[in-house]
Amino acid sequence: MKTIKEINEKIKKGQVVVVTAQEVIGLVEKKGFKKAAQEVDVVTTGTFGPMCSSGAYFNIGHSKPRIKLGGGTCKLNDVPAYCGFAAVDIYLGVTAIPDDDPHNKVFPGEFKYGGGHVIQELVAGRDVRLEATAYGTDCYPRKKLQTLINIKDINEAVLFNIRNCYQNYNVAVNLSDKIIYTYMGVLKPNLGNANYCSAGQLSPLLKDPYYKTIGIGTKIFLGGGIGYVAWQGTQHNPSVPRKNNGVPQAPAGTIAVIGDLKQMKPDWLLGTSMLGYGVTLTVGIGVPIPILDEEIIKYAAIRDEEIYTQIVDYGQNYPQMISGNLGEVNYAQLKSGKISVQGKEVPTGNLSSYSKAREIAEELKSWIKKGEFLLTEPVAPLPGVESGYTFKPLKERPIA
Amino acid sequence: MISKRIVLHFPHRLVDQPIVYKLVKNYELQFNILKAYVTPQEEGLMVLELTGEKENFDKGIEYLQSCGVRIQPLSQDVIRNEAKCTDCGVCVPICPTGALVVDQHSRKVYFYDNKCIACELCVKVCPTRAMEVHF
Repeated sequence: MKTIKEINEKIKKGQVVVVTAQEVIGLVEKKGFKKAAQEVDVVTTGTFGPMCSSGAYFNIGHSKPRIKLGGGTCKLNDVPAYCGFAAVDIYLGVTAIPDDDPHNKVFPGEFKYGGGHVIQELVAGRDVRLEATAYGTDCYPRKKLQTLINIKDINEAVLFNIRNCYQNYNVAVNLSDKIIYTYMGVLKPNLGNANYCSAGQLSPLLKDPYYKTIGIGTKIFLGGGIGYVAWQGTQHNPSVPRKNNGVPQAPAGTIAVIGDLKQMKPDWLLGTSMLGYGVTLTVGIGVPIPILDEEIIKYAAIRDEEIYTQIVDYGQNYPQMISGNLGEVNYAQLKSGKISVQGKEVPTGNLSSYSKAREIAEELKSWIKKGEFLLTEPVAPLPGVESGYTFKPLKERPIA
Repeated sequence: MISKRIVLHFPHRLVDQPIVYKLVKNYELQFNILKAYVTPQEEGLMVLELTGEKENFDKGIEYLQSCGVRIQPLSQDVIRNEAKCTDCGVCVPICPTGALVVDQHSRKVYFYDNKCIACELCVKVCPTRAMEVHF
């Protein structure tokens, strides 16, 4: 038994033992849970995939004369940002696209540029064009603003993602006889390919399936800098079916994360274009798991072979909200490059980069080893299996 | 026998000439057209897999060059921008020739340009648009 305080003391003294969520698997096989739990202090996880419920807020500073963007309009490199706040606060969502983007009018749309790309450019230190209009008031008389802005000059630039880091995700296939363009990538007809999106055995919430260490307030690697878990993410769904090892068999827990964008890096926040679907941001996240006892290392050492997920038809079932799946596979099978669905051998593709996830886990490991990153105690837990917290569909009701 | 994938650029004045026919007739070369079009500048572009005896192959290439056809190996035209690629692997099942492969150990994606037929399916499928075509 260890405490986070004791682990932090070891980090400060340079005596901490840190391994990645991949390395811990081999270590546990060699030494057993008990010995490994005594030796290892922290297991680092990582994930690097497209995460659409992401965005950033900015306070751009007051112009002379003053302008109130609240109630007006604001665009960053032609991408509309939300400005229904006070005078100069704006929020840019990663899936926002310019008004004159052809969308899916010429199908499938290419979606070359949007909010995710603007965030990447800002983080890279490039100037971004801001164009805003307002209705003008006695205290904020200006009605138009056109200026270049740079992340180093504006007041706050904060990445605030309301849902990231899905604990497990569907494998997407297409049973229809037409090619389809989805957020899970291009899916060829008649089970032409199977796309998945998870780092599997490196993915943060899969290595702490019951949220025993990851909670609100947990300090994390976010976009190449430091961030925190702010809340459970939207659509957090802890009560889905789980295997005996605690791992959910379908999309389950999520986290909302926050961090200062100014200290993040463009390598870990990538503007991303999904053909026929839209734009998004590929986000790099790494979460440290403190090995407080044997139970926690048991979870942290779960292997790809032990993590199962469901295969879902995106040709008909997903878009029409029809429940059911086409069976289960584990991540070792997915990573082998082909799986069997309805008796057919189907090649697999991952939207989430495992090699980048490993780099994130390695980077976080090196921060902790160098004493640059201390662990935090969560201030409140994420809603767990017994909480009754669920993910409900919309209840549509006629208006009149 | 030798077999290579090459990109032929035909200048405007050659677009209406039966050049490829002569490769077959005079040099006994086999060809497989992977892509062919005339650009808005009226330059002809053809991606060919050309197969034949080494001696004939070299003579055929010499003939093409003597006509004024510019030749490039295909590997110079479809390239991966290493700085943009995240090695996610979503392109892998899309590639019809197995030119994009995930290494089972490193989980990095390898691009074997000698297998590429320049179909360009990977170009728009890539979420970070790391695959680039430079004809």
